[in-house]
Amino acid sequence: MTTFTPTSAEEVLSAVQWAVSESAPLEILGHGSKRGIGRPPQTGHALDLSSLTGVTLYEPEELVLSARAGTPLAEIENLLAQNGQELAFEPMDYGPLLGGQQGRGTIGGALSANLSGPRRIKAGAARDHILGITAVSGRGEAFKAGGRVVKNVTGYDLSKAMAGSWGTLAAVTDVTFKVLPGAETETTLVLSGLLDDAAVAAMAVAMGSSAEVSGAAHLPETASARIDGLPKGAATVLRVEGFGPSVAYRINHLKQAFGLGAEAVTISAEASKRLWRAIRDCAPFADGTEKPVWRVSMAPNEAHRLVMALRMQTAADAFYDWAGGLAWLRMEHESEAELLRGLVKKLGGGYATLVRASAPQRAANAVFEPQPAALAALSARLKAEFDPQNILNPGRMG
Amino acid sequence: MSGLAMPKPDAATLSRRAEIVADLARIVPGEGVVDAVNEMRAFESDGLTAYRQLPLVVVLPETTAQVSKILKYCDERGIRVVPRGSGTSLSGGALPLEDAVLLVMSRFNAILDIDFMNRCVVAQPGVTNLGITRAVEEDGFYYAPDPSSQIACSIGGNVAENSGGVHCLKYGLTANNVLGVEMVLMNGEVVRLGGKHLDAEGYDLLGIMTGSEGLLGVVTEVTVRILRKPETARALLIGFPTSEQGGQCVADIIGAGIIPGGMEMMDRPAIHAAEDFVQAGYPLECEALLIVELDGPGVEVDHLIGLVEAIALRNGSTTCRISTSEEERLRFWAGRKAAFPAVGRISPDYYCMDGTIPRKELPRVLAGMRELSQQYGLRVANVFHAGDGNLHPLILYDANLPGELEKAEAFGADILRLCVKVGGVLTGEHGVGVEKRDLMPEMFSQADLDQQMRVKCAFDPNHLLNPGKVFPQLRRCAELGRMHIHAGKMPFPDIPRF
Repeated sequence: MTTFTPTSAEEVLSAVQWAVSESAPLEILGHGSKRGIGRPPQTGHALDLSSLTGVTLYEPEELVLSARAGTPLAEIENLLAQNGQELAFEPMDYGPLLGGQQGRGTIGGALSANLSGPRRIKAGAARDHILGITAVSGRGEAFKAGGRVVKNVTGYDLSKAMAGSWGTLAAVTDVTFKVLPGAETETTLVLSGLLDDAAVAAMAVAMGSSAEVSGAAHLPETASARIDGLPKGAATVLRVEGFGPSVAYRINHLKQAFGLGAEAVTISAEASKRLWRAIRDCAPFADGTEKPVWRVSMAPNEAHRLVMALRMQTAADAFYDWAGGLAWLRMEHESEAELLRGLVKKLGGGYATLVRASAPQRAANAVFEPQPAALAALSARLKAEFDPQNILNPGRMG
Repeated sequence: MSGLAMPKPDAATLSRRAEIVADLARIVPGEGVVDAVNEMRAFESDGLTAYRQLPLVVVLPETTAQVSKILKYCDERGIRVVPRGSGTSLSGGALPLEDAVLLVMSRFNAILDIDFMNRCVVAQPGVTNLGITRAVEEDGFYYAPDPSSQIACSIGGNVAENSGGVHCLKYGLTANNVLGVEMVLMNGEVVRLGGKHLDAEGYDLLGIMTGSEGLLGVVTEVTVRILRKPETARALLIGFPTSEQGGQCVADIIGAGIIPGGMEMMDRPAIHAAEDFVQAGYPLECEALLIVELDGPGVEVDHLIGLVEAIALRNGSTTCRISTSEEERLRFWAGRKAAFPAVGRISPDYYCMDGTIPRKELPRVLAGMRELSQQYGLRVANVFHAGDGNLHPLILYDANLPGELEKAEAFGADILRLCVKVGGVLTGEHGVGVEKRDLMPEMFSQADLDQQMRVKCAFDPNHLLNPGKVFPQLRRCAELGRMHIHAGKMPFPDIPRF
């Protein structure tokens, strides 16, 4: 077992070329904060990119930041915050859910896992903000794609291809992201006591309004109780961000839409930020166990139906983000992949990812949603074009 | 570029034309096949009208099953296929080939589902961009990307080109607004990417497809997200004595944390052409004119207008008008929206370029363009999506003067080289197509291009779908697949240590 810890793109290239010439599969790692997601890798060697660090370009007025792939996400977020900016895709921190530390993870990892957060519904995921990359393919060749400008259709968008590829196509060495101004302030309106279906309907009203809601989540009673600062009972929370006067106006607009007056509960500024961080990081299920946790993406109006259908057959604890389109599920039993995925398919499709499970469970189950034959074949061909010898993170997405 | 080399027509295909026409007519019965030369004329060019070529035959399928059969048929026989939407490409993306079937998607013109609960629309690819907004605007919704050809361009074409528009700084490009597609691969297989949910898992094939210029697959259905229309929109019309000041104003607006719904700049020649044409009331003495549109709730728009006005004054604006009515806002825009035809009035022909640059490089690029303009003896007017650095220089020329088109093209190529040199790219939203194909090496190394072509190999290993576009030189997939490093042959006597 050799662990390479390159400090330059050239060293990454050498390491991958060595692996290719030796047919020696590599595990591609940053901080390893998401190592518990996906099939356990089948590699004898590791390429640890956590020493490939440093912000190489940051021009706030151009809304652009470039960094070496191993740069800590926290470092980048701090730098941006000093300039009133942020990664608008609100990358979640899997640490607490997976029993690891908080605040770990690299910018390269954020791209490889296509991280996002509650603001996904308005601002997109990592894929929507990546502008350019340099990388080393599994062929042992360095290449670049994209650029440093937002509007660019020159050639295929191979930068996006890295998003959600979990290090199986190329070892990314440098990334360039679009960055955006952070909001001046934020307020969250709480609707109390709604059942799941009523909550989803309410979130649809909010999302269809001109209030520009940037976070819409529903926490049924048990999930709500596990998040600090929420009133007792089920909580449907709607976040509005922006300039002060605008936020006040839009919160009022929402209150009117729901027939609420002065009695309405709102959470502001820092407390609102804490609340959305908890939702983002799946705090209700960050319980220190290895009970299976699923992340299910469906049409916003379908996920709660999935949960109801599931509960007729098994025990599932659930809460919803993305206006209902993202269901986080904590199951009591293992090996319920087939049941769950069958219902997802029946209810209009989407995908279910097993984001937390014991290593044997991850080895035994398809962690990622299995694809129909033609799509699976296309994905396999794409993998082969980048990594014909299956050197990079083999089996991780398998 | 005028001496554009396209893939050599396949003699065997040309000689089998009658048989191919008959076979396609069996797949798409009725009036789905057009093979008469006079009828095919309508399809010989797209928005890049300098190039014309009659296709082998035109086929207009109506169903995904027909598209699948056509592609499979062509794949098995080694027949090339060029897909086409509304034919508004400005880069020749839908330019036919003599030996290729032109697959026209215009009969896929139905909206299949309007889903307000999930805030999305499912449409066939031939539906126009504006057609989607039209279908939902009664209920207060719209589809955000708004390329200036939105009245004609198809949503399928938008996916192929990753189209933008003046609102994309705030609301994103096509790639950020498409949730899913159904598409047919060259081998006839039908695959679905995404759907009404967010972020299809696995490789981001939807991301790769978007902006792939019809080289990877044929889209047969598109799901897009729709947004609630902003409550109000107001615009500022700001004039500056220099482009540097205009550029700094844009930087300061963004530096203040403001992302306007639209932010457009015009240079002096463009201002004058537009004003002569539509009398929008533009100030004629300034070198740079900025239109800043702010949208959202009235209280937010009013607040931001105050901030932007102050920033403009700080940067030495000589005029700053704020729209007080919807009519006035539209008048501010009228000149900008009419800029292309306006320039068309002062010159027999114009050639529209599409580079993107880091915004701060604007003064340098404009200065470089002025120099080139003198060198080539051709005038140039500029409109600029100032928020995202997307520059549209319009080169004025006269196609009837021998050699002038070639001169305009050489001028354009030099402008794009300049864009790349300052850290920008060859094309922001019009696509590479045939137009910028041979400039790709200005931006990408052979290794970069090879990796892109390998992606093509995963989708279309025989290079039959829209060949001759995007890549300056097509390399065979077998050749691209060859490894330069071989197991056992040791480039590394040792494990690298660091």
